[in-house]
Amino acid sequence: MPPVLVFARLTVQESSRRRLLLALVILTLLVVGFSAWGFNKITTVTRSDGTLLPHDQVSLITSQLLIVITFMYSGVLALSAAVVAGPLISSEVESGLLLSMLARPVRRSEVVIGKWLGLAILVTIYAAGSALLELTAVNLATGYEPPHPVELVLYVAAEGLALLSLGLVLSTRLSGITGGVIALVAWLMAWIAGVVGDIGTGLQNSALQNVGTISHLLLPTDGLWRGAVYAMEPDVILAALRAAGTAGRANPFSAVDPPPTAFLAWVVVWFGLMLTLSIWSFRTREI
Amino acid sequence: MRVAAAAPAIHTVDLTKRFGGTVALAGLSMTVPRGEIFGFLGPNGAGKTTSVKLLLGLLKPTSGEAWLLGEPIGDLGTRRRIGYLPELFRYQGWLDAREVLALHCELAPLPRSKWKEEIAAALDTVGLTDRADDRVSTFSKGMQQRLGLAAALVGKPELVFLDEPTSALDPVGRHDVREIIRDLSERGTAVFLNSHLLSEVEQVCDRVAVVDHGRVIASGTMDELLSGTAVKVRVSGLDDSARTKLAAFGPLDDEGEHLTFTKLDIERVPELVSTIVALGGRVYEVSPRHQTLEDRFLQLLHEDDK
Repeated sequence: MPPVLVFARLTVQESSRRRLLLALVILTLLVVGFSAWGFNKITTVTRSDGTLLPHDQVSLITSQLLIVITFMYSGVLALSAAVVAGPLISSEVESGLLLSMLARPVRRSEVVIGKWLGLAILVTIYAAGSALLELTAVNLATGYEPPHPVELVLYVAAEGLALLSLGLVLSTRLSGITGGVIALVAWLMAWIAGVVGDIGTGLQNSALQNVGTISHLLLPTDGLWRGAVYAMEPDVILAALRAAGTAGRANPFSAVDPPPTAFLAWVVVWFGLMLTLSIWSFRTREI
Repeated sequence: MRVAAAAPAIHTVDLTKRFGGTVALAGLSMTVPRGEIFGFLGPNGAGKTTSVKLLLGLLKPTSGEAWLLGEPIGDLGTRRRIGYLPELFRYQGWLDAREVLALHCELAPLPRSKWKEEIAAALDTVGLTDRADDRVSTFSKGMQQRLGLAAALVGKPELVFLDEPTSALDPVGRHDVREIIRDLSERGTAVFLNSHLLSEVEQVCDRVAVVDHGRVIASGTMDELLSGTAVKVRVSGLDDSARTKLAAFGPLDDEGEHLTFTKLDIERVPELVSTIVALGGRVYEVSPRHQTLEDRFLQLLHEDDK
């Protein structure tokens, strides 16, 4: 097996044997169970005349609640990715674990790419698995399904991968705790900067709008989150938001348009830059 | 390569490493022939581990050149032929011993058909066969160091770097490691032994180099290095100023009641005794002996500090 795949396998194996995967699966099942029960309650809500809510209204409420639930999932994913990626390389350098392996015919780039790949596999599997469970539960409870479920998974997974990539860059030079905290704070700041950009859109203030745009370029997590939101918005909501004009766009839990193609292209470039930076940083680090 | 096959195990020319303004290694030049057990001695912070890391490509030299098995340091292909037990040894606690060794077989890389045999032999050599299927996290420090040694041995390397290989081992373990080192040498493997356990080095090494402040201050075979005589004196009644005056008799290892003159010509013993008496000291015992590596080591460091 090539060294890249050996390091990817080790990363997956470590998460599995340290019971990280088990903990995530159990917690996710709990969340899915509780949320399914909650969504099911929507279908039993009665109006003042004692009749049940019509299906369209149930779908609308469900769609908006699903966005909030997904925000929690994306948070768990981002948090987990940052916490796991932060010490991915630094802890093994500090403990000496990498020393004997780096004395083998292994390139440092293979270590970096392998570890990224292993964690990327876990992030993607978690995003796809948790989405499948949650969407199935919501569908069974209310009959609702979001308009673009595949895109939803891709955007949420990409957000996790972005945090993983940032954590990995930091991990090549900083201690695990420092790298993890910086990645997490950067994620929150990017989200807040996105909100600032929304306010700029609402107020039609270009300076504030630029804050959002620049933050999306520096760390594309919020831009990807908006993609996930768009994938969950029913047409009725989209039409209402568009009718509301700029005010309809000033909300971090709403998206009127899908992310522009140029942004998506930048995300691909951004991932390439982060991996290149990680490799360069680790290659030039003295151990 | 034919040229490489005839090349020494290690050859360095003016290998230098600076960390900012600190000189960790100042112009290391040495040659370690194939199959030799080479001891690299020095006090803490002398530059021993830095040297090993430079040779293994974990650090980049500031200047100078070095070759391992005839190839420039950092060459990936050469690393197939090298084993390394780091001073800071740590292995995946969530793997069992057999899996750790399989990982090293895979990275070495060895053909999968040879793994089983290699792993069994390495486990047997370090005495871990009974614990092969136990998680490394359950191992004591000493067992982890044995595992590290086993990992360094997989693939029958032509050159093995052992950085303080017995730091976590009990006397039995230390004896075992000395036997392993001798066996390696017998089958033609060169061993670069970093240690400050002088008796250990004295027992197994063909040649040694003593490093201090990043420089080699002496090197040679044991016979070349240990040619002098040391004199141990049991004495009382000497104050500090009197002890200072005894510096005229060469480097002194002062352990209170016992004074060891680490390099003193046997002909000067009567003069030494009369001087001690003249300074107010009372002599109970005088025992000249061949210099040990520890005597020589202390003498060299003493001279280097002047």
